[in-house]
This record gives sequence, structure tokens and C-alpha cells, in this order.
Amino acid sequence: MSAYSAAGEANAKPNYLNHEKGIWSWLTTVDHKRICLLYLFAILIFFFVGGMAALAMRLELAKLYGTGQHNFIDAETYNAMFTIHGAVMIFLFIVPGIPATLGNFLLPLMIGAKDVAFPKLNLFSWYIYMVGACMALFGLLKPIGPAFMEKAMNFIGVHGPVDTGWTFYAPYSIETGTSVVWMTAAAFVLGFSSILTGLNFIVTIHKLRAPGMTWDRLPVFVWGTYATAVIQTLATPVVGITLLLVIMERGFGVGVFNPKLGGDPVLYQHLFWFYSHPVVYIMVLPAFGIVGEIIPVFSRKPIFGYKAVVYASVTIAVVGFLVWAHHMFVAGISEAAAIYFSVVTFGVAVPTAVKVFNWVSTMYRGSIRFNTPMLYAMGFIFLFMVAGTTGVYLAVLAVDVYYHDTYFVVAHFHYTIQGGAVIGLMGGLYYWFPKMSGKMYNETAGKVTWFLVFVGFNLTFIPQFALGMEGMPRRYYDYLPQYQNLHQVSTAGAVINALGYTLALLNLGWAAVFGRVKAPANPWDSLSLEWQTPSPPPHENFEVTPVVTGSTYAYGTPVRGDAAAH
Amino acid sequence: MSASHHATAAEVGPGDPPHIHHMDTPTAYQSAKLGMWLFLATEILLFGGLFTSFALYHWAYFEEFHHASKELNWVYGSVNTVVLLFSSFTAALAVDAAQRGDSRRCSKNLLITIACGFLFLIIKGIEYTGKYSHGLFPGTERWNSPEFIQEYKMYFGLYYCMTGLHALHVVLGMGLLTWVYLKARKGRFSSRYFVPVEVGALYWHLVDLIWIYLFPLLYLVG
Repeated sequence: MSAYSAAGEANAKPNYLNHEKGIWSWLTTVDHKRICLLYLFAILIFFFVGGMAALAMRLELAKLYGTGQHNFIDAETYNAMFTIHGAVMIFLFIVPGIPATLGNFLLPLMIGAKDVAFPKLNLFSWYIYMVGACMALFGLLKPIGPAFMEKAMNFIGVHGPVDTGWTFYAPYSIETGTSVVWMTAAAFVLGFSSILTGLNFIVTIHKLRAPGMTWDRLPVFVWGTYATAVIQTLATPVVGITLLLVIMERGFGVGVFNPKLGGDPVLYQHLFWFYSHPVVYIMVLPAFGIVGEIIPVFSRKPIFGYKAVVYASVTIAVVGFLVWAHHMFVAGISEAAAIYFSVVTFGVAVPTAVKVFNWVSTMYRGSIRFNTPMLYAMGFIFLFMVAGTTGVYLAVLAVDVYYHDTYFVVAHFHYTIQGGAVIGLMGGLYYWFPKMSGKMYNETAGKVTWFLVFVGFNLTFIPQFALGMEGMPRRYYDYLPQYQNLHQVSTAGAVINALGYTLALLNLGWAAVFGRVKAPANPWDSLSLEWQTPSPPPHENFEVTPVVTGSTYAYGTPVRGDAAAH
Repeated sequence: MSASHHATAAEVGPGDPPHIHHMDTPTAYQSAKLGMWLFLATEILLFGGLFTSFALYHWAYFEEFHHASKELNWVYGSVNTVVLLFSSFTAALAVDAAQRGDSRRCSKNLLITIACGFLFLIIKGIEYTGKYSHGLFPGTERWNSPEFIQEYKMYFGLYYCMTGLHALHVVLGMGLLTWVYLKARKGRFSSRYFVPVEVGALYWHLVDLIWIYLFPLLYLVG
């Protein structure tokens, strides 16, 4: 410690990355910024695992040796692959993806706090997450090797990779011989981690705002994270008990979801989607927040309609709880219920469209700088508009009967979650990278890799819209020859997409480790609080607790420092 | 830096609030309470899935659930309700004592609360054993006989899931209160610092509250 204070230079002051050293100091840290990095490493590993599963599927579906036959993987492996892809991407990557990483890092910084409300609970959530991740891996293992190994693995409930899809629909999830118990138990544990993170964030935002940081001055990212945290806290317990009931059915023959025992599989779907529809807003609301931060800074204009943006986030979180059965239009729900859920689902489009209008209006007549984060934000707006409009198609009852379980749904979903949440996460990582690492990334490499991601993504999923319209059902291992061309284009796109993500993340990783260009405290001339402290921030974020006197988005008006000069 | 932390830690007296580096004491108090209230909301939603399932099948298999519920002994249920209500009362007394800085009364009431938890579990255990000996448990002869229709199994399946999860919460609550009790016995709490007693008691009230709903639903409404 004393060695640092002896050095007079500003950049030699200890920061959160180096004020303590050694692996142990990381594994026992309660600093929200370090916990962000712990999460980030973990989720990126699972992003890679889930991506590999997707590539394996796409490789098979290209049917390079012809349709109607086994090319690279067999049908059972294919079933396991789409389950791995779904479960890993949803439960291990994108649900904690933005809240637990950027949310953890930025929330206290943006509201001028020293840490989250419960720092030890925050670290505990990460450990629970890691335990859940290990349990999920048990659900993916295949018992192989000598007989005693197989016996031992069967004994602990490892029977082979789960093949139910990430939705674990009953009654198949009760009957299949694969390791459903490990996977559902893992999802339960991961949900617990998610609940504790959400709870921690709600309390932090309520209680730890700096003097002057009133609710109507909160950055939109904080609002997005707040809305997300409410959903994490209130929706997750319901899927928790649902998955526990699946385990009880498998273990003890309780028949709540099993029609053979007088149970109702539609009840499973209701309970499952009561969480799993709001969960898409857990993924995408923080991404809305990221875009809402990036666009004003790179357009040098105040965010257009701050209050509308905020109310839209909160409305989406609330209405998101009331639309779950639009996943079940063909599951045998009553006509009256179907009409209700269809109409309310149209309603979600309103606050979402409000947001898009606000972002575009913020850019209107701004002096736009096309840095990599801005490219991601603009890509987000385009992709999310496609996602939103196709979502409205699917809310139409008659249309959904046709599109249900086709590639149209797959494409729509990936536009929202990859085009929305993942692109948002990438934009956020590029935007806050200088703050997190204290280094600058290579801008040219950032733009080129953005282009690969953007083109690759569209090339993958535009053909899937077409496939869906032509009637290609999802989760099928094989198809008629008429679908082959579009499938092959989609596979080519997936390869470009994967290459883009890999290189884009390597660009950041390279800059973090080998980068020579030090980041200034505020490279983007932003007005929000996280940029008013050194990069990387010191252990307790601010040397003096900041006092907030104005809007976070007062660009173009001379308020704070040199930022107004632009 | 670490040296200065130790210095502050040493300044904390036996009844003082702990030194928390990132917020002041009133904020820490409010945060802890808000956090516990949110956690209680998640618990209610966790049970909510079971209550929904029960409501659905109670409606669908009204007659059968009526017959099945007669197998439950309402005397055990009532006694357990009284035991839990009383324990909630002593938990509230423990909070009152802590707020007034009476460590002895606080720990005494906590101990009574924990003892009531034990009593509840013992009575529940007697009930479960009784059910098993009457063949109302998966795997017994009566359970597997054709007269024991699947609607009965549904009723008892839900009965075991709901009361079992509740019993698990009783155990967790007792663990939490034991931790609080050990601190209270050492005189850790005072009128300046009592938040663990308060959040512990809040959790215990929830455990009680859930039972208040389970008891009439399972034992009486049928």
C-alpha cells in the first residue's frame, strides 16, 4: 500500500484491479467491480459453449452430404445440442449476462455509491451461480468409459445429456431417461442466484443513491436494471417451484403435470411461461438501458423524452407479467384466454415502440460519432425493430397457429435475444471497456468485427424467417430437400457470426492484457457519474462521494466541465 | 488500509452497530429490512406455484379432495397452528426486548420461538408417520391398490409437497433464529443495533403466515 501512496503520479494510484493481489483476493472479493469480472469470465465461457452447440446444429443442418441422412451428428446428439444451446445460453449466459456483469459494475458507480447494498450477498450470488453451472454440466454429461464409471454416473443421476429443449415441457420431461433432474435442479439454483442479484440491486437503487441523485435523474441504464431486478425477484420463484415439482414427479410420482396421473401438462406451461416470458425482459431491458446510455453520448444530445423512456421500461416490466400464455395459443387454452393474451401482447409493442422513437429522435440532428459502441447501438435499433414487428405477427392468433413451432419463431426469438440482448451487451462492453480496464481498444478492429457480427447475424436469421414461412418446423433434425438452400445460407451466416463474436471479444481481451494506450477518465465525454472517476476506478469508486446537481444527459448545454464544448 | 479497518472494528462496542464501509447505520438498517421484505415476496411466489396447483385440482376433483382431506387429523393441524401462532408472538416479543435493550428477555423469547419450531416439527413428524402407517404414502400397499384412485394421490402428493416445503422453511427459520439467539446471548444487541432480530422475526412470521393458509386449505376446506 505505502509503495503506491509514495508515488505522486495520478495514474499510479491503486485502483480496484491492483489494490489487492493474488487469486485469493479475487475469490473472496466483495467489490462489485471485481464480482462483475468474475461473472464476465464465467458467462463468456458459457457463451462459447452455447455457441459451439449452435454451430454443431447448423453444421448438421447444412446437410452437405445431402438431406435425409446422417451427416455429422446423429439425431439424438442433435436433440442434446439444441437443449444445451438453449439451456446454456438462457440460464448460464444471457439471464445473468447484463445484470450481473455490467449491472454489477455500473449500478453503484452510476448512482454515486461505494458498493451495492449487500456486497457479501453479491459474492455469494456468484458462488451459487457457479454451483448451478456445475450442476448444469452434470445434466449435459454422457456416461461413458468403463462399466464401473457408467454405474457410478447412473448412481448420481447422470444418464445422458438432456433432450427436452430448454423448456422442459411436461410430460416428456417426466418420462425421458436423460438427466432432467440435474438440469432442472441447476436451473433452480441459478434462479436463486438471479433472485439474490435482483434483490440486491433493488435495495441498492432505493437506499444508496448519492445526494442529489433523485429518481428523475437516474441514468436510463439504472432504470433498465431496476425494472429487470423487479422481474428477477418476482418471476424467478415461480419457475423455481415448477422445476421442483418436475423433480418431485420424476422422483416420487407426484402427478401434478402428468396426464397419466390426472395431472395437467398445460398447468406446467402456464407456470413455466409465467417466469419464462418475463425472463426475456430480464435479458432485454438492461440492453435497452445500454442503448439509452450510448446514443445520447455519441449523438451529443440530451436523451429525447427521458420520462417516456423510463415509463416505457417500467411498463414493459409490468405488462410483461400479463402476457405469458401467448406461448400457448395452440396448447389448448380457451378462446377467451387466447383473445385476452393476444390483445395484451399487442400492448407490449407500444412502450417498446416509444423507446425506438426516443432513440431515433435523440439521434436526429445530433453530431453523431460512429465509434464501435454507437455502431452496436444503431445495429440494436434496427435488429430490435425487426424483432418487435415479427413479435406482433406472432401475437395475432390466426397467424400464430400457422407460425407456431416453425423457424419463424426461432428467427423472431433470436432477433430479440441475440439482436437485442447480446448486441446490447457487446455495445456495452465496448462502451465501458475503457472504464473497466483502464485501456483503449483498437477502434478499427472494433468496427470490422462489428460488421462481421451484424452481417453474420442477419445472414443466419433472415433465411430462417423465410424457412418458417415455408413451414419448416423447429427442432427437426432433417428436412425436405426444398429447404436446403436457405438452411445452407443460414449456416454460412452462423459461421460468420461466430467468427465476428470471437474476434470482437478477442479485440477487447487483447487490449485489456497487452494494450498500451491508457484510457483517460472520460474518453467519450459523457456526463454520467461513472466517467467522473479515474479509469479504472479506485476500490471504493469515488475519492469523494459525488453530489448530483443536474440531469445526466445535459449534452449541448454548458453544465459540467468540457463535455459541453462538443 | 487493512490496519485502519482493524482500528475501526476495535472501536465497535458490544451493543453498537457494526462498521459498514459503504453506508451509514440508518441506511444499513433500512436496507436490511427492505431486503428481507423483498425476500419474503419471493417466498410467497415460490409457494404461489403450489397454491395455484392446489386451487386448480381442488376445483377439478372437488369430491375426491373432500374425501381425501378427511384422512387428515384436524386436531394435529390445530395444535400446530396454535404452536406457530404462539411462536410468532414470542418472536415479536424478542424484537420488542431487543429494541428496549433487554438482552436476557430477547434471548429467552428467541429460545421459546425455536423450541416451538421443534414442537411443530415433532407433531408434523407424528402426523407423517401416522399417514405412512395408514398407507397414505407412495409405495405403501394401500397407495398402490386400485381403490386408492389417482385423485387421492394428487391430493396427498400436493399435501406432502406443500407441508414438506413449509417444514423445510421451519427448519431454515430455526437455523436463522439460532444464529440470532447465539448473538443475543452474548449481548450483541441493544436499542442501537437489533436488525438481525427484526429480520429473523420477519422471516419467522412468514413461515407462520404460510401455515395459516395451508392449515384451512388442507385440513378444513376439503
